[in-house]
Amino acid sequence: MRHPLRPPKGRAIRHCAGEAKPEHFVMWGVASLALATLALVVPLQAQVTFDRVLRGDREPQNWLSYSGTLMNQRFSPLTQITTDNAKNLQQQWVWQARSLEKFEATPLVIDGVMYTVEAPNNVVALDAATGRPFWTYNYTPAPEGRPCCGKVNRGLAILGDTLYMGTIDAHLIAIDAKSGKPVWKTQVAKASERYSITSSPTIVKDKVIIGTGGGDGPIRGYIAAFDARTGQEAWRFYTIPGPGEPGNETWAGDSWKTGGVGVWNAGAYDPETNLVFFGTGNPAPDWDGSKRRGDNLYSDSVVALDADTGKLKWHYQFTPHDELDYDATQVPVLADIEWPDGTASSRSGQQSSSRKVMLWANRNGIMYVLDRVTGEFLKGKPYVKTNWLDGFDAKGRPNRVKFPTPEGTLIRPHVHGGTNWAPPSFSPRTGWFYVATWENSGIVAVEGQFPRTASSNTQQTAMGQTNLVPFFNDDTEPYGVVRAYDPKTLDQVWEFKMSDITWGGTLVTAGDVVFSGGREGYVLALDARSGKLLWRASVGGQVNSAAMSYAVNGKQYVAIAAGNALFAYALP
Amino acid sequence: MTDISRAIRIAVALLTFALGFLLVPRSAFAQHETAADLLDGERAFRNSCANCHGPDGDVIAGIDLGRGRFRRPMTDDDLVRIIRTGIPNTPMPASPMTVEQAQTIVAYLRSVARTRAASVVTGDAARGRAAFQQACTACHRAGGAGARVGPDLTDVGGRRNAVELERALLDPGADVAPANRTYRVVLKDGTAVTGRLLGHDTFTVQLLDTRERLRSFDKSALRELGFVPSPMPSFRGTLNPQEIADMVSYLSSLRGL
Repeated sequence: MRHPLRPPKGRAIRHCAGEAKPEHFVMWGVASLALATLALVVPLQAQVTFDRVLRGDREPQNWLSYSGTLMNQRFSPLTQITTDNAKNLQQQWVWQARSLEKFEATPLVIDGVMYTVEAPNNVVALDAATGRPFWTYNYTPAPEGRPCCGKVNRGLAILGDTLYMGTIDAHLIAIDAKSGKPVWKTQVAKASERYSITSSPTIVKDKVIIGTGGGDGPIRGYIAAFDARTGQEAWRFYTIPGPGEPGNETWAGDSWKTGGVGVWNAGAYDPETNLVFFGTGNPAPDWDGSKRRGDNLYSDSVVALDADTGKLKWHYQFTPHDELDYDATQVPVLADIEWPDGTASSRSGQQSSSRKVMLWANRNGIMYVLDRVTGEFLKGKPYVKTNWLDGFDAKGRPNRVKFPTPEGTLIRPHVHGGTNWAPPSFSPRTGWFYVATWENSGIVAVEGQFPRTASSNTQQTAMGQTNLVPFFNDDTEPYGVVRAYDPKTLDQVWEFKMSDITWGGTLVTAGDVVFSGGREGYVLALDARSGKLLWRASVGGQVNSAAMSYAVNGKQYVAIAAGNALFAYALP
Repeated sequence: MTDISRAIRIAVALLTFALGFLLVPRSAFAQHETAADLLDGERAFRNSCANCHGPDGDVIAGIDLGRGRFRRPMTDDDLVRIIRTGIPNTPMPASPMTVEQAQTIVAYLRSVARTRAASVVTGDAARGRAAFQQACTACHRAGGAGARVGPDLTDVGGRRNAVELERALLDPGADVAPANRTYRVVLKDGTAVTGRLLGHDTFTVQLLDTRERLRSFDKSALRELGFVPSPMPSFRGTLNPQEIADMVSYLSSLRGL
C-alpha cells in the first residue's frame, strides 16, 4: 500500500522555509494518517466551506482554487510521486476538448470530481480517476465578447456546492456543482464596451471576487466582489482612480476614462490582514504613452484591498507609465520566509526572522519581494536580460533608462516578458520560487507604434497557440527556461533550458518534483532541488497552462492541459 | 475616314473602355486609397492587428498580410468581414470597427502587397531561367524541377521583391530566413549530417539532409550539433550585372502554382 500523504525521505512539509523540527514529523504523521484515512475510506462529501478553500493544503487530495490555496503557491503536499519514481509516470487518461482555443484552465478537484472549463465558457465535470464526464454546462457568450488575445478561460472557483466562472462576455455565472445547472448569472461589465473576463474568480469568505479584462482597449478596469449566494455586487474597486481620488492626477486630461488597466488573473488572500491582492494590467493605449502622460496608477501594479469593502490599503507599481504592454498580470504568490530583520547583525548575515512576503516574477523582467502587510519594497532584481531600468530608488520606484523613439530603441525583455500570465510556484520545503521564463527576448520600441520584435524567429501568434510549430532559433535568440530562485537573494539556483519559448507555468510538489512544459509539446518533471530532468511526455500540442495535482483512492495524479486536451498522469 | 466609321470606332473605343473598366480587377475600396486613407489604414493595422499578426503582418504561420498571402483566397469583402466579426474557434477576434475603418486596413494591406510585388528589373526572365537551371537547381527547386536541399523557390517572386532577391544572390548569408537555416549534427560514431533545419526542440532535431532525406535525431545521441553558415555561394563576380538582373527577373516571375 502506498502512503500518498507521507513526506518523502523524512522531510516535513511546512509553510515557512527553513529546517523542520522533530515534533513536526510526529504532527505530520498523525495528520497524514487522519487525512489518508479520510481520502481512502470516506471520501469527503461535505460542502466546500471557505475555510477549506483557504487552507486547501489541509486536504492534499483536493485542489480547491486556481493555484491550490489562496496563497497561490501552486504547491501540492502530495508525496507519492518523488524524484526517485517520477521516471515511471504513465498517462492515465486524456480528455479532449471540443474547442480549438488555447486550453489555459487549471482544473479544480473536489472529492474525486474534477471541474474544468472548455474554452471559451463551457464547464465540464469529470471523474478525476478516469476522465469520464459526469456533465457539461454549455454557455454561449454574447458575440460582442471580444477579448484581445483569444477566447480563453483560466478556470473556476468553488464555494459550497457552487462553481463560479467569469465569461468572455463579462458575466459571472454560478453553476451547481452536482447538476451542472446555472444558479445565477450576473453582468460584471458590458462586453459591448470591450470588457471581458478570462481569469478564474477568487473566493474570499462569502464573496466571489473577479477583475475585468479588456485593458488593451479603452475600458476603465475594475475589481468587483459579488455575494456568492445571490450574485449581487458587494463592492467595486476601479483600477483607475476617478476625479478627486488619489492617483487620478497620474492620468493626463481625460485619459483616465479610457485608460484600460484590466485585471486578467486570479488574486491572493491573506486572512491575517484580511487583504486580497490582485495584479493589474497595462494602461491603454498600450504603445502610445503620449496620450496618457503620468504614472497611470494603478496600472502594472499590485493592489491590496480590504476584502470586506474593496478599499485600497496599499499598492506597489512595478512599471510606472508602461509603454511596452508589460502588465502585472501574474498571480501574487504569498509566502512566509526568513528575511534579514534590518539590524546591524542581520546585515552581517546573523539575524533574521520570518516575514510575510509576496513573491512576483514580473513580465517586465524583474523579480520582486514585497512585504505583503505594508507593501514595502524589499528587493527587486532582473531575472532575465533586462535593460529598461538601471535600479530603484529607496521606495522601490524603478529608474527607467530606455524609452521608445522614432527610430526605435532596443528594450529587453520583449513585450511578452520575462514571463507572462502562466502561474509560477513556491515550495515551502525548498524555500525556492519556480518560474517558467523567456530568456534573450527584446523588442525595438517605436514611439506610438507596436514594437518590432528584435528576434522575430518565434513563429507564433502573440499569446501562443495550441498546435506544434517548427522552431528555428539559435541560442542568441529567445528561448524558454524553467528556473528556481532563492527569494532571499533572488539569485538563480538552477535552470532547465528548453529550446523553444514557453507559455507554461510550474507546479511543485512535496515529492520535490517540479512539473512544467512549453510550446514544444512536452510535459516535464524536474528535480526541484537540482533542476535535473526526471521524466517527460510528448503531448502533441503546446502547453499553455500549469499543472495541478490531486489524489483519488490513494493514487496521486498530475493533470495538465496541452493542445486542446487535458492529460492526467500517475504512477503505474 | 467617314463619319460613320469614325462613329463606329468611337463607339468601339467607348465600349472597350467600359468593358475594361468592368473587367479589370480593381480594389473594391479604391475610394479609400488616398494617401491619408492608407495612413489611417496603417495606423489602424498597427493598433488593432499587429499585436497578433506582427508589425509586418507575417507572424502567424501561413499568413503574410503584407504580401497578400492567406490560408485561402480572400476577397476584400471577405477581409472586411473577418476583421469585423473575427473567425470562430480561432484566436482571431472580432474588432469593433465600422466597415469603412476595416476597408482602410484592407486598402493599406493591398497597397503594401502591390508595392512588394512590384519589381523594377530590366533583366530578361528567359535568360534568367536558363541561368537558374544551370547554376541553382543542384540545390533549389522551382515548379517541381530541381533539388530540395535549398529552399523551394516556386513562389519566391511573391515573397521577395527585386532588391531582396538581388541581395540573396550577392550576399546570401546576410539575411537567411529562420526556416532556411542550415544545421549540422555529428553522431556518436562520428558521422556528420548537414541539412536544412526543419525544426528542433529540447530533445530532438529534424532536418532535410543533403541527400534529401527527412532525418530526425535524438539530441542525446549526438556528439555535436548546431547551426552552420549557409552553403549558398555568392554570385558576386561570378555573374555580371546583366546576368544578375536576368536571374532576378526570372525569380520575380515565380509566383507559385
